[in-house]
Amino acid sequence: MKTEISFTLNGSEVSVVVNGHLRLIDVLRNTMSLTGTKEGCGEGECGACTVIVDGQAVNSCLYPAHEIEGKSVTTIEGLHMPEHKLSKIQQAFVDNGAIQCGFCTPGMIMSTKALLDSNHNPSDEEIRDALQGNLCRCTGYVQIVEAVKRVARQLKVKQ
Amino acid sequence: MKNFQYIGKETPRPDAPDKAAGKAHYIHDLQLPGMLHGKIKFSDHPHARIKHIDTSKAGRLSGVRGVITANNSPEVRLGFLRDNFALKKDKVRQYRDEIAAVAAIDPDIAEEAVELIKVEYEPLPGLFSPREAKKKGSPLIHETNAQGRPRTDNLVPLRFHHESGDLDAGKRAAKYVAEGEFSTPRVQQCCMGTAGCIAEFDMNSNLTVWAKTQIPFLAQRDFNRALSDMGLHDKNTRIIVPTLGGGFGTGLDTHAYEYIAILLAFQTGQPVKIIYTRDEEFAYLSPRQSSTTKITQGCDQNGKLTFREVEVLQDNGAYTSWGATYPSVMMMPATSLYRVSNVYFNAQLVYTNNTYCQAMRGYGNPEHTWALESNLDELAGEAGIDPYEFRIINCNKPKETTPMGLKVSTCGLKECLETVAKKLDWKKKNKKDKCRGKGMASLVHVGGGARIYRSDASGLILKLDDFGNVNAYHGGVEMGQGLHSVLTLGIAEALGVRPEKVFINPLDTSTCPWDVGTHASRGAFMACNAAILAANKLRDRIFKLAEELFPHEAEKNLEKFREKNPGYKPPDYDFVKAAKRERFDLKDGSIFIKDAPREPWLSLDLGKLLRAIHFRTQGQMLTTEVFYDPPNELPDFAKGFGNISATYAYGTQGAEVEVDTETGEVRILRMVAAHDVGKVLNPPALKGQIYGALAQGIGYALYEELQSQKGKILNPNFRDYKIPSAQEMNFPVDLEFIETNDSFGPFGAKGVAEPGLVPTAPAIANAIYNAVGIRIRDLPITPEKILSALKKIKKIRE
Repeated sequence: MKTEISFTLNGSEVSVVVNGHLRLIDVLRNTMSLTGTKEGCGEGECGACTVIVDGQAVNSCLYPAHEIEGKSVTTIEGLHMPEHKLSKIQQAFVDNGAIQCGFCTPGMIMSTKALLDSNHNPSDEEIRDALQGNLCRCTGYVQIVEAVKRVARQLKVKQ
Repeated sequence: MKNFQYIGKETPRPDAPDKAAGKAHYIHDLQLPGMLHGKIKFSDHPHARIKHIDTSKAGRLSGVRGVITANNSPEVRLGFLRDNFALKKDKVRQYRDEIAAVAAIDPDIAEEAVELIKVEYEPLPGLFSPREAKKKGSPLIHETNAQGRPRTDNLVPLRFHHESGDLDAGKRAAKYVAEGEFSTPRVQQCCMGTAGCIAEFDMNSNLTVWAKTQIPFLAQRDFNRALSDMGLHDKNTRIIVPTLGGGFGTGLDTHAYEYIAILLAFQTGQPVKIIYTRDEEFAYLSPRQSSTTKITQGCDQNGKLTFREVEVLQDNGAYTSWGATYPSVMMMPATSLYRVSNVYFNAQLVYTNNTYCQAMRGYGNPEHTWALESNLDELAGEAGIDPYEFRIINCNKPKETTPMGLKVSTCGLKECLETVAKKLDWKKKNKKDKCRGKGMASLVHVGGGARIYRSDASGLILKLDDFGNVNAYHGGVEMGQGLHSVLTLGIAEALGVRPEKVFINPLDTSTCPWDVGTHASRGAFMACNAAILAANKLRDRIFKLAEELFPHEAEKNLEKFREKNPGYKPPDYDFVKAAKRERFDLKDGSIFIKDAPREPWLSLDLGKLLRAIHFRTQGQMLTTEVFYDPPNELPDFAKGFGNISATYAYGTQGAEVEVDTETGEVRILRMVAAHDVGKVLNPPALKGQIYGALAQGIGYALYEELQSQKGKILNPNFRDYKIPSAQEMNFPVDLEFIETNDSFGPFGAKGVAEPGLVPTAPAIANAIYNAVGIRIRDLPITPEKILSALKKIKKIRE
């Protein structure tokens, strides 16, 4: 069954026609060609497909596309600024050696954004808790947690 | 020690910004016009004869463009011993055997079509334990070998044997002896980006494969051979390597799914993409081999090792990959970790109906070091010597040649041990009531390439352009480990340009020079050695050209400078006379005379020089090619083996743990890792390698196991196969890099991609023993095993 859905994608209004069984990740990657969102398991276990829907980090591989109607979606492509400038979180990941193969990185950064949007001063435990659904096989998470702390410190200074 | 401008400085990786922005292109992200999606029909039995394959319904499904089986496509062989086929014709030998495949216009139709394929089997008895399979009279898994000669048993025909010194004399000299049998499970590499490829033929029947590979040039050779098998003689394969979502050894072989994509692309005349789902990756991609190691070690009354005797049994699974050569790496710790002169090592690999195995980071070393370092603690206990002191007594030293012929150049093992002991407060005893304990374990691994193939070389082309940019073409694979980061710094440092002027081009076998593959921790060692060679060649040419161009340019510069700075008096310096090739230097893209006064006008921009020689009659441009082949030796098993690597990496890891005797849970309180890395090339990249490997070591130690029942994988997902998450890595990891400045190493560096996971499991097991007195011999160390072992010692004590 085909339905038309409208939602906000990275700040712009979009309308797409979707088949009943499509998932949000299919709409993002295939219909919208936003391949920054990765599919690592298709079962909501690895977090590579994490995007932000109305402020919440969600697994886009488990999210039925038709449920996105009227909502606001932010993907990794919506994070960096004009003129190819990385956002603070992205830059902190780059500067802190938090990226290796990079396949988990977009999801990891989206989970970080959802955390820091709601909590500017997370403890180590809160950071690990927010990222526990995002698996990484390369880094051992040490430099990722450090990167998140670095951004949090910047946010604190700004406040 | 030499002062480096870029080497050793904190520098972000050049590939990181695109990865952070979601702009890196993995195989999953690539689309070609007219591209079809392939899907494979795998076996429903672990061992059976194929009686009939019915693909008629699949072929009729709307949207299906091609269906292949062994009956309608050319026979294509693969594997280290060429004992495997892209599509199986008469027999299946494991659950993951490929029987048929479909190409369709979208992945859903391909999946639906595969479900319509019906196969009739005649089941055969399955062999799932190597001990059973190697018994005389067991059913044969392979009735013939690749040459068609009949086989009489299930042993893999590869011999891994080493004897040195006098084992009996070593045993007689031993006052204390410890013996044990240790096992390790099959574990999955778990690349976050699953396996996949795209194959496309042009109208001349030449092939392009976008491959998730670590061996593009050996893959080219393999696929060219397949083209011949397909009747396409003298045709060529071009391999393009997109951004890799991890490697960890999965890319060291060519895989049946790649040959299937090639066959489908050939049949349909359209590009075909195959991507594994996560379930397929777990169930149908080769994991790390399981192993059983019987080890006995002895020492004299002073704790000096007198002998080591090792017998390894490995479950090879149904076919052979390069991973079947794990024992050649096991031999390295067996003969060369700590000083021991009387050594016996023997390994047997057995075909079974389990999933066949392949390379994974460490390649036999974590398996063997698990047995060796656990057993060494037991021996220290027998001898009544502190495990740290015991290791110091037997520590390797620089400049020694080990029993298997490894020529140790530099060796920081003693410093690694001392560092771990110091940082772990080794002498400070833990309170027993808290069930806390400390343990340590060390490693040796190849750090200067590994000549497992006739050539261990790595080519590099550097092409300079009109703007002073350096375009690098290298055959090594960036799979996340940071190769491009260190190659960029290596080129910048050795040539004398800024890192942002260096561009590493995408890996394509049609443009990049040959490299044997990115394995054995050789990437950085090889690439940076090649960078130094290439830079030296370029500098010679640049300085020769500067002889003729520098005086004139400097004159012009001076004139301009005077115009801007009236009254300026240049120093009394004859730069025309001084402009000799041997007196030039190049730094940050600027050519200058080494001992000249530092005047702003007295230099020549590299880009300017390149433009000047380009745009003159009979102009030229500067490009150089080098082929670095390290000073190491091919294994000679008849002579014990030989010096396989130019240098060796050492390290020690220490763990402090707390064991919950009620639940059997092991809590890691902290880890310390000291590694002899030769020289730190890029600190954040190096730290990432060790932290990441150590996390894999934690998973290996405590919970990872690919479970199977009668050959069927039981836990093919991240729910049931746990890898460490940020929650598990909730303890401090204290890293220390020991810089031994190896003379063979580029800028002094050794390869360190694998060492970080090698000693982790035994360090933890030794800490558990120290905490609660139980010795776990089988990985992973699950709470059930802890509780069971605690029960046993309680009974003994009662």
